[in-house]
Amino acid sequence: MDDKDLDLLRIVEENGRLSAEELAVMTTLSARDVEARLHALEEARVIRKYTAVINWEKTGNGEVSAIIELKVSPERDFGYDRIAERLSRFNQVKSLRLITGTYDLQLMVTGKNMQEVSRFVSEHVAPTDRIRETATHIIMKSYKENGNVLFEQQEAERLPYSF
Amino acid sequence: MRDFVSRRAQLIPPSGIRKFFDLVLTMQDVISLGVGEPDFSTPWTICESSIYSIEQGVTSYTSNKGLQSLREALSRYLGEHYHLTYNCDNEIIITSGVSEGLDITIRAIVNPGDEVIIAQPSYVSYAPCVTLAGGVPVPVECREIDTFKLNPDALQEQITPRTKALIINFPNNPTGAVMRKEDLGAIADIVTDHDLLLISDEVYAELTYEGKHVATATVKDLWERTITLNGFSKAYAMTGWRVGYVCAPETLCDAALKIHQYVMLCAPVMSQVAALEALRSAEDDKNRMVNEYRLRRNMFVTGLNRIGLSCHVPEGAFYAFPSVAETGLSEVDFSERLLKEQRVAVVPGSAFGVGGADHLRCAYAVSRKQLTEALGRMETFIAGL
Repeated sequence: MDDKDLDLLRIVEENGRLSAEELAVMTTLSARDVEARLHALEEARVIRKYTAVINWEKTGNGEVSAIIELKVSPERDFGYDRIAERLSRFNQVKSLRLITGTYDLQLMVTGKNMQEVSRFVSEHVAPTDRIRETATHIIMKSYKENGNVLFEQQEAERLPYSF
Repeated sequence: MRDFVSRRAQLIPPSGIRKFFDLVLTMQDVISLGVGEPDFSTPWTICESSIYSIEQGVTSYTSNKGLQSLREALSRYLGEHYHLTYNCDNEIIITSGVSEGLDITIRAIVNPGDEVIIAQPSYVSYAPCVTLAGGVPVPVECREIDTFKLNPDALQEQITPRTKALIINFPNNPTGAVMRKEDLGAIADIVTDHDLLLISDEVYAELTYEGKHVATATVKDLWERTITLNGFSKAYAMTGWRVGYVCAPETLCDAALKIHQYVMLCAPVMSQVAALEALRSAEDDKNRMVNEYRLRRNMFVTGLNRIGLSCHVPEGAFYAFPSVAETGLSEVDFSERLLKEQRVAVVPGSAFGVGGADHLRCAYAVSRKQLTEALGRMETFIAGL
């Protein structure tokens, strides 16, 4: 992993759709070298996926997301890993993290509507062994996702010429 | 009625790009590569600190030199980043941008008739400031074959018994040129031999893409005869806040301070608070922006060379300075027709003094998308010549 790899990672994290040629001119590498490096980073699972940041609110699909916090009794030899891995298998779970503080695990869950999310939590999450307590926070509005502001921002006025 | 305009004011030539400015205001869908400022907004942590201080009622004058806390932080910062040693009590003045720093510095040192050598192409206000102070600006050309660095022999040729000072600006606006330690060493010998003062505008210091910026005052024995000018505008995207600083040995600093206290009193306190926050917590933001400029530079300069505008790789600032010699058009005609026919605004190099003919200043402080679009339009324009 060198500076050129870090350059590539920073660029594709922000925009995964640039061609190898476009990446090549920015990083002063050859397109072939860019492809080889990206391939190696993909193979090493440093790059997990190329994806898009979508403001689903604008699609009007009415999906509901919730942040769910769990208190978990850790298992001898495994800690939180086995239960976290088990919960990760659910497609409804979009992200899952071990955190410090009052709760142990934090999940982001999505469903078609509030009932679906609530049923998922009460049927599949809360009754799981070793989960002692849950707290569900329905997301009302998202303002920023993965570093991307989702609301419209006013563009500052710049002079067309300045020295 | 008498002509009330002073002879000195009359000596100042009108702006070289006035007609472009008037023209661009009548047009739609123009991509401007003509701006000398970052396209980023000031990092929010900086803005928020300033807003909070206003809410707390911090709205008064500060000491003429600027907030003690800011000067202390700056003194530490300059030491850590550039090995510069300036005492916060008597060797630093916070100014209203580098522009003011430049003006008070020149007025503090120039007697009527003193010659001040200016390494050009250069920022446009150096020569007028010398003229307004009663001095005589003497350009020295930084040539393309020297990758726009200041050539010691060329400098030597311009020195006369009336020469008082030399003004340099590296990383350079408009060429993007950078002077390395050995380059500055050769200049240092001449400056010292002729007992000159060196005014070094280092406002683009943080925007150095290969290696680290070398502060002029750290080279050889230059400290005692250097006035270092710098500011927050470019590195932290803070152009509108107007905060800069002058660093110099005490005697020179005292003289500049006398002028500063009568013309400006102090830099705006809310801007000084913002600058302090920039030093305290905006390092990551700054690095993120600098990295982005570097990527854009690579992309844009490669593009310029591809479409037939030969361009050396600028090692600093956020300007590319390509040559239009191959196109058969002058830099002024090229700029005017490019604006009218393809709606891309660039600044003709001649606006920056000697050495700027046949070149364009293109600021790449615009989004990558706009740079790509601008390159496409420029390619179309050149193909139609």
